[in-house]
Amino acid sequence: MELFELTAHELHAKISKKETSCEEIVRSVLGRISKVENTINAFLTINIDEAIVKAREIDEQISSGKEMTPLTGIPIAIKDNMCTKGEITTCASKILKNYIPPYNATVVEKLLMAGAIPIGKANMDEFAMGSSTENSAYKVTKNPWNTATVPGGSSGGSAASVCAGEAAVALGSDTGGSIRQPASFCGVVGLKPTYGRVSRYGLIAFASSLDQIGPLTKDVTDAAILMNCVSGYDMKDSTSVEKDVPDFRRSLINNIKGLKIGVIKDLLGKGIDEGVKKAVIDASNLLKKLGAKIEEVSMPTFEYGVPTYYILATAEASSNLERYDGVKYGHRSSNADDILSMYYNTRQEGFGPEVKRRIMLGTYALSAGYYDAYYLKAQKVRTLIKQDFDKAFSKFDALISPTAPTVAFKIGEKIGDPLSMYLSDIATIPINLAGIPAISIPCGFVNDLPVGLQIMGKAFDEETVFKVAYTYEQNTDWHRNRAKL
Amino acid sequence: MSKILIGTGTGQNYDEPATKRRGSNNQAREPRSSFAGSRGIKMKYETVIGLEIHAQLLTESKIFCGCSTKFGSAPNTNICPVCTGQPGVLPVLNKKVVDFAIKTGLSLNATIANHSIFARKNYFYPDLPKNYQISQYELPIATKGYMDITVDGEIKHIGITRVHLEEDAGKLVHKGAAGLKGATSSLVDFNRTGVPLMEIVTEPDIRSAEEAKVFMSELRSLLVYLGVCDGNMEEGSLRCDANISLRKPGQKELGVKTEVKNMNSFKSVQKALFAEIKRQTNILDEGGRITQETRLYDDASDTTVQMRSKEEAHDYRYFPEPDLVPLEIDKKWIDEIKATIPELPQEKRIRFVKQYELSEADATILTNDLNMANYFEESVKLLNEPRQIGNWLIGDASAYCNENNKTILDILPPDGLVEIIKHIKNGAISRKTAKEVFIEASAEGKEVNDIIKESGATQISNEDELLNIIKDVISSNPKPVSEYKAGKTATLSFIIGQVMKATKGRANPDILNKLLKKELDK
Repeated sequence: MELFELTAHELHAKISKKETSCEEIVRSVLGRISKVENTINAFLTINIDEAIVKAREIDEQISSGKEMTPLTGIPIAIKDNMCTKGEITTCASKILKNYIPPYNATVVEKLLMAGAIPIGKANMDEFAMGSSTENSAYKVTKNPWNTATVPGGSSGGSAASVCAGEAAVALGSDTGGSIRQPASFCGVVGLKPTYGRVSRYGLIAFASSLDQIGPLTKDVTDAAILMNCVSGYDMKDSTSVEKDVPDFRRSLINNIKGLKIGVIKDLLGKGIDEGVKKAVIDASNLLKKLGAKIEEVSMPTFEYGVPTYYILATAEASSNLERYDGVKYGHRSSNADDILSMYYNTRQEGFGPEVKRRIMLGTYALSAGYYDAYYLKAQKVRTLIKQDFDKAFSKFDALISPTAPTVAFKIGEKIGDPLSMYLSDIATIPINLAGIPAISIPCGFVNDLPVGLQIMGKAFDEETVFKVAYTYEQNTDWHRNRAKL
Repeated sequence: MSKILIGTGTGQNYDEPATKRRGSNNQAREPRSSFAGSRGIKMKYETVIGLEIHAQLLTESKIFCGCSTKFGSAPNTNICPVCTGQPGVLPVLNKKVVDFAIKTGLSLNATIANHSIFARKNYFYPDLPKNYQISQYELPIATKGYMDITVDGEIKHIGITRVHLEEDAGKLVHKGAAGLKGATSSLVDFNRTGVPLMEIVTEPDIRSAEEAKVFMSELRSLLVYLGVCDGNMEEGSLRCDANISLRKPGQKELGVKTEVKNMNSFKSVQKALFAEIKRQTNILDEGGRITQETRLYDDASDTTVQMRSKEEAHDYRYFPEPDLVPLEIDKKWIDEIKATIPELPQEKRIRFVKQYELSEADATILTNDLNMANYFEESVKLLNEPRQIGNWLIGDASAYCNENNKTILDILPPDGLVEIIKHIKNGAISRKTAKEVFIEASAEGKEVNDIIKESGATQISNEDELLNIIKDVISSNPKPVSEYKAGKTATLSFIIGQVMKATKGRANPDILNKLLKKELDK
C-alpha cells in the first residue's frame, strides 16, 4: 500500500515507529494529487510548498523529542467554508473570490495546534448549498469511483479527496446531510456531530441553527481521532455546549450485545433505491447477528423534514448572506454608479443560481404576512420532528437508515431539477433539524458505487454511534475498498 | 388614497408658538400642548406622543465582541472580525450589557423577563456590516414599566412599553453630497459598530412637547445616575425618536401617527415635536388627512421634512437570532443588580427638600445632574450652609458653566467654594470679589486663598487698622473735615473716597462708615 492510501492512525503508527516521516507522507499525498487532481477536482487551493515546509518542521520537532498527537503530520483537506487566516477562503463562490480571512476558524486553530498539515481547501457547493458539488462556482468535483458521477455534496471535495487519497482525512460541514451524503457517495466515513459539539466560529454560515463541522475519513477510527481534536466548548461560539468531551477512541469497541437499534421504516419505502434498501437490510441483519436487538420504528414526521428544512435553512441563509454586499470584502461590481446598483450588481454577479434561489425562498418565508405561515409553522414542525426522535430514543440506543436514497447519480442528472436534488437529502435532513449526531459508513455497493449506512444517536451520545459504526466496520470489509484511479 | 398637502405656514389660525421667534437662546417657556396653554387658545386637538429612546451603554467593550467602545478613536481602529461582519464570525453577548438593561428596567419599575431572546432586524445599509442588526423583538429584557414626571406641579404617569438591547451601527462619511444619495464616494467607520444600545419605548402617554422634554430630561438623569449612559445627546450617546399624532379631545382611538427622527438635543426634542404638532394641526384644520410616514427634523428651517413614506417602510423580516442562545435571567441575577441601584433622582430630590430645607425647584435643579448633587452634598458636609451653597451652584456656578461650556466637574472643588463662602460670611471679601475669585479659581485651577492673598483682595475689617488709616486721612485733609464739621455733610463721601483710595478699596464699607462718623463727630 502507498502512504496516501493509509488511514491517519496507520500513518501515525508508521511515524511513531520511524518507518516514515511526515515529509514522505506529504510528498506521497502531493504526488497523488498531481496524478489524479486533474480528473477529480477536489480542491480549490492546494498548499504544496507550505505543506512540505510544515512537514519538515514537524519532522524536526519529532526528532527533537516533541510529543506527537494522533494528527501530527497528517495531511488534511479543509472544506473551503472554514476560515484560514491569510489563505484564500471562497466558499466556492465568486462573491468571495480572493477573500482572505483575517482569522482562523476555531477548528483550524485546533488542527494546527495538533500538528495536522492542511493540504488544501476542498471544493464544495457554493455556500454549502447543494447535494452534488455541481453548484461550485469554480469546478465540478468528480466521484473517484466513477468520474461520470457526482461525489455528493456539499462537502463533495472533502469526501472525494479522502476517497482518492488526496488527503488522509478531511473536515466537512453538514447542514442537511452535507457530510454524510457525500461520504455515502464516495464510500468513506462521515460524521455530523451533535449541534453544539464542535465550534462553528469561522465556519462561513449557511444556516446557523443547523450547521455543524465534522470529519470525513477512511474509517471510523480516524473519525473518532478527528472528533477528539475538534470537539469542545468554544467561548467564541455561544451555541457550542459546555460539556465534557469524552475520548471517542474509547468508544471504538467491537461489541454491541444487547444494544437496541431501531430501523427507520419510513426510510425503507417509496423513493429508496432497491439496491440501497437491500444493503441497509443486510446491515441490520448483520448488526442483529452481532448481538443487537433490532426492531422497526416509524417516524411519522419524517416526510415533513425536507419542506421544513427548506423554509428554516433558507430563511437563515437569506439573512446570513446579506453581508456579501461589495462594501467590505469580496466581489464588488465594477458596473455600479450608486449604492443600490452596487448592491444589486454585486450580488447578481457574485451569487450562483442555487444560492439566489435559496435567498429568495428564505426572504419570502420571513416576509411580513408570510412569517407565521412559513417560518413559524416550520419551527413547530421542527419541534415535532425532535419529539419523534425523543420518542424513538426512549426505546432505542441508536437508529439506522440509508444515508441517501440512491448511490451517486450522474453529473448533470439532477442539476436542472432542484426538487429531486433536494430529495436526495431526505434521510439526512431530519437529523439536522433534531440536532442529533449521525454517521455514514460504507455498507455495500450498487452498480460499483458505494452505499452508505446512517447510524443516529441521542444528542451528545456520539459514543454509541461510534460503537455501532466501529462494530459494523470491524465485521465487514467495505471500508477497505479503494476507488481505482 | 387622497392626496395630502404637506405644507407649512398655510392656513395658520393662531399666533406663532411662543418661542419660535424669540431666537434659540430662549428655551425656558415653550407652549405646553398643541398651541394650547401659552396664549389662552382653546385646545383643538389632543397631542399623543410616544418616545423611542436609544441610549449608548457605558461598557468598556462592545455588545458582541471584545473591542473597545471608546469614542473619538481614529477611524476603524476599534474593530475586529466580529464587528466588521467577516464571514464565519459569531456574536458573544457581553454580560455587563445585560446588567445595565436589568438595572434600567428595575429603575423604570418594569418586569424583568426570565427568558429573553435576540432577533435579527434585516436591512441593507453600508454602516451595518452584516446588513442585519442584532436586536430584540419578541421577549425583550424588560416590559411594562413606568416613570412619573412632574409637569407644572402635576404628576404625570408615563408608561414604559419595553426596554431592549441591540447593537449600534457604524458611521458614514460622504463626499460630494450630504447623504448616501448623490455622494461621489462614501467612507465607513466601524468603530461604533457593535457599541451596545438600549432602546426604551414609552406608551403613547405623553401629551405635549414640553412633557416630552421633561420626560427626556428625567430619563437622562436616571440613566446617568445609574451609570449606564453618559446622557450626551449632542454626541449621540442618547437619541430620541417620537411617534406623534393628534386627535379630537375626547376621541378614544389614536389618530394617524408620524415618526419624527433626528432630535439631537433636549431643545430640539421640544422644537421638533412642536413643529410637527403645528404641521399636523394645519393639515387637519384644512380638512386633510395625516399620512403615516417617517419625518426628519430640520433644525435650520425648524420644520419636519419627509424621510420615507409608509410604502417605503422596510420589512425588517425579524426572526430569532440563531447564533445566540436564549438569555435566562434568574432571581439571583436580578437581586444582585437590584443591590447596586443607587439613590435615584426623584428620591434624592425628596430627600434634599427634607434634609436641607430647600425649595422643590432648587432641589430639582440640584439633583437633575448627579455631579451637581454630589458637589452640593460634599460642600454641605464641609460647611452647613445648604441654602448658600445651593444658591451658588444654581446661580454663579451654573452661569459660569453655561457661559464657558463646562460642567460642574470643571469648576473649583467643593472645599474651594466653601472657603469662598466662609470669607464672605466673616466679611473678608465682598460678594463681588467672591465671584471674581470663584471664576479665577475655576478657570485657572488656583487655590482660593492664594488668589485672595495675591490680589490683596481681603477686606480690611480690623477696626484698629482702619482707625489708623482714618486718622491719617482726617489729619491730611483739614479743609474737607472742617467743612463737614460746619455742616456740609456732602463732603463725607469725599472723605470716604480718600480712605478707600488709601486702602485700595479694601476697607469694609460698613465698618468704615461707622468708625469715620464716630471719629468726625468727636
